[in-house]
Amino acid sequence: MVTTNEHLLEVRDLVKYFPVSKGLVLQKVTGWIKAVDGVNFSIPKGETLGLVGESGCGKTTTSRLILLLEKATSGSILFQGKEVQTLRGEGLQEYRRSVQVVFQDPYSSLNPRMRVGDIISEPLVVNERLPKSAVRERVAELLEMVGLRADNASLFPHEFSGGQRQRLAIARSLSLHTDLIILDEPVSALDVSIRAQIMNLLMDLQTQLGLSYLLIAHDLGVVTCMSHVIAVMYLGKIVELAPAEKLATDPHHPYTQALFSAALPSHPDEYREEIILTGEVPSPLNPPAGCRFHPRCEKVINLCSEKEPVLKSMGENREIACHLF
Amino acid sequence: MMEGRTTNSTMLKIENLKTHFFTQKGRRVVKAVDGIDFSLAEGEILGLVGESGCGKTVTSLSILRLLPAAARIVSGRIILGGENLLEKSEKEMRKVRGKKVSMILQDPMVSLNPLFTIGDQIAEPLKLHKKLAGTELMDRVRSLLSAVNIPSAEIRRREYPHQMSGGMRQRIVGAIAISCEPKLIIADEATTNLDLTIQAQYLKLLKEIQERNRLSMIFITHNFGIVARMCDHVAVMYAGKIMEKAPVREIFNSPAHPYTEALLGSVPGVDYNEERLITIEGQPPDLADLPGGCSFHPRCEKATDRCRVELPPEFKLAENHHSRCWLCEK
Repeated sequence: MVTTNEHLLEVRDLVKYFPVSKGLVLQKVTGWIKAVDGVNFSIPKGETLGLVGESGCGKTTTSRLILLLEKATSGSILFQGKEVQTLRGEGLQEYRRSVQVVFQDPYSSLNPRMRVGDIISEPLVVNERLPKSAVRERVAELLEMVGLRADNASLFPHEFSGGQRQRLAIARSLSLHTDLIILDEPVSALDVSIRAQIMNLLMDLQTQLGLSYLLIAHDLGVVTCMSHVIAVMYLGKIVELAPAEKLATDPHHPYTQALFSAALPSHPDEYREEIILTGEVPSPLNPPAGCRFHPRCEKVINLCSEKEPVLKSMGENREIACHLF
Repeated sequence: MMEGRTTNSTMLKIENLKTHFFTQKGRRVVKAVDGIDFSLAEGEILGLVGESGCGKTVTSLSILRLLPAAARIVSGRIILGGENLLEKSEKEMRKVRGKKVSMILQDPMVSLNPLFTIGDQIAEPLKLHKKLAGTELMDRVRSLLSAVNIPSAEIRRREYPHQMSGGMRQRIVGAIAISCEPKLIIADEATTNLDLTIQAQYLKLLKEIQERNRLSMIFITHNFGIVARMCDHVAVMYAGKIMEKAPVREIFNSPAHPYTEALLGSVPGVDYNEERLITIEGQPPDLADLPGGCSFHPRCEKATDRCRVELPPEFKLAENHHSRCWLCEK
């Protein structure tokens, strides 16, 4: 067990380049897609880190690297102080048990041919040798934990609505006394009224079980509401990282400012300074030189196209990568 | 285009529209749209809000009469510029679709044909409805492309949808929608697939086009942020009925229906700082087997015995503000 001050997960200089190759037989690598390019963050025990950014900025690749579903090009991933990429055998199994994931679409993440009880207990059966009665008991406990009835275990996924399915996915991720859950867009496929139910459930479970979350979402409202710390990504890099409330009320980086100004108002009379970015996110195959945001930035200076800004601490737990600061 | 009308002339009026789906043997009737009324003035934007399956899209498809075979408009009138669309023949309807009423759908990859250049696709309705050809047609295509902020129109019009980003594709769909200067545009979840900064760009563009051409628009969405940003009036739908309709400020300041209130409360804003979100317990009902009385009563915190038995009529609270809830009875 870790003490409260220690970081449960720490990611240092994480890099993932995907090769782009040409030719059918003699494949030649012609370029690299820089999906994740030097990302640093840490998640303390019992807290949530929100990762926001537009599509293609490397949020999901980052989560896949942490889950060891992709091999990182370089960098380190420390879980409870230990590097996980070199783990083998017993240690690797232990890590896989502690880190679980909930995906966006509960229609494709649950096997339609398995009964709910089997879906939820599969991680238990694979990882722990428990007698059948203990498994059944645990399944009932998990179902009740996520707000479903214990006798639902004999049903199939198609008998549940979208929100209930997401509850099942959460129950499955909790079956092994998990420490860290990666939530990849956990509510974006759900209806508005159901969304709030699932968000409350996730927050309640966090307090009850002391879970840590890595929350990936594009909805700023959801991220602000659920996270302790938010990291904003743009083209494979973190441009700003700060406690959720500070980031939402007082964004510093020009990209964060534009992103939060693009978030829709919650009232028609709400005044919001409109920063409409021109253009689109450039291709990660050939990102702009210097600061990757400079072609779309309103406050661009000469230095921006020449030198790449590094993430530096601004005090008050805020880190920012911009030449203006 | 200004046509010398007064500002308040009604563009679209829907009266008691009922669109039901019938299963093959007619045993089950799904009441997707079950008696809705609303009207839309010229140059006005109406937001049609609700959860999935509440009948928003079926309403818009009923206006264009593009319903699937299993659906039938059981009763009602849809009056566009003085004409009842439900009395028109299929041939006459073709002159309405794309010319008087056009639509922007959610996924531009599906609504654009991958085998034709975008220039061809923008030209198609112009050839059909405006009988344009030759250089006149090409000039119009180019001007439409620049109207939706697509640079280097001459090169772009020869390209295919897959060569463009999602935001650009959705702008092309917008160009097709305005090509024949329609009076009404229905945007069905038009920005749901777009990224945040691209969504902001697109909404700004739509608003500019709408104001320039004095278009009427119906924005179908589940996102109250879009409603707050874009709409003049709001209609909140639940289980095939309009629960509340009002000017946009009144909906946000003083929602009268418990469903509207709960829906507004369950949306986390960027400036949200409450510990817990307000939730609406339970699930939306099965449209083939609606609960008796008010269809929202099983999920309503304020439900009374009367709500379980009697269907509330539409109560008028103020000019333009109506609510279907017994609590609003005076």
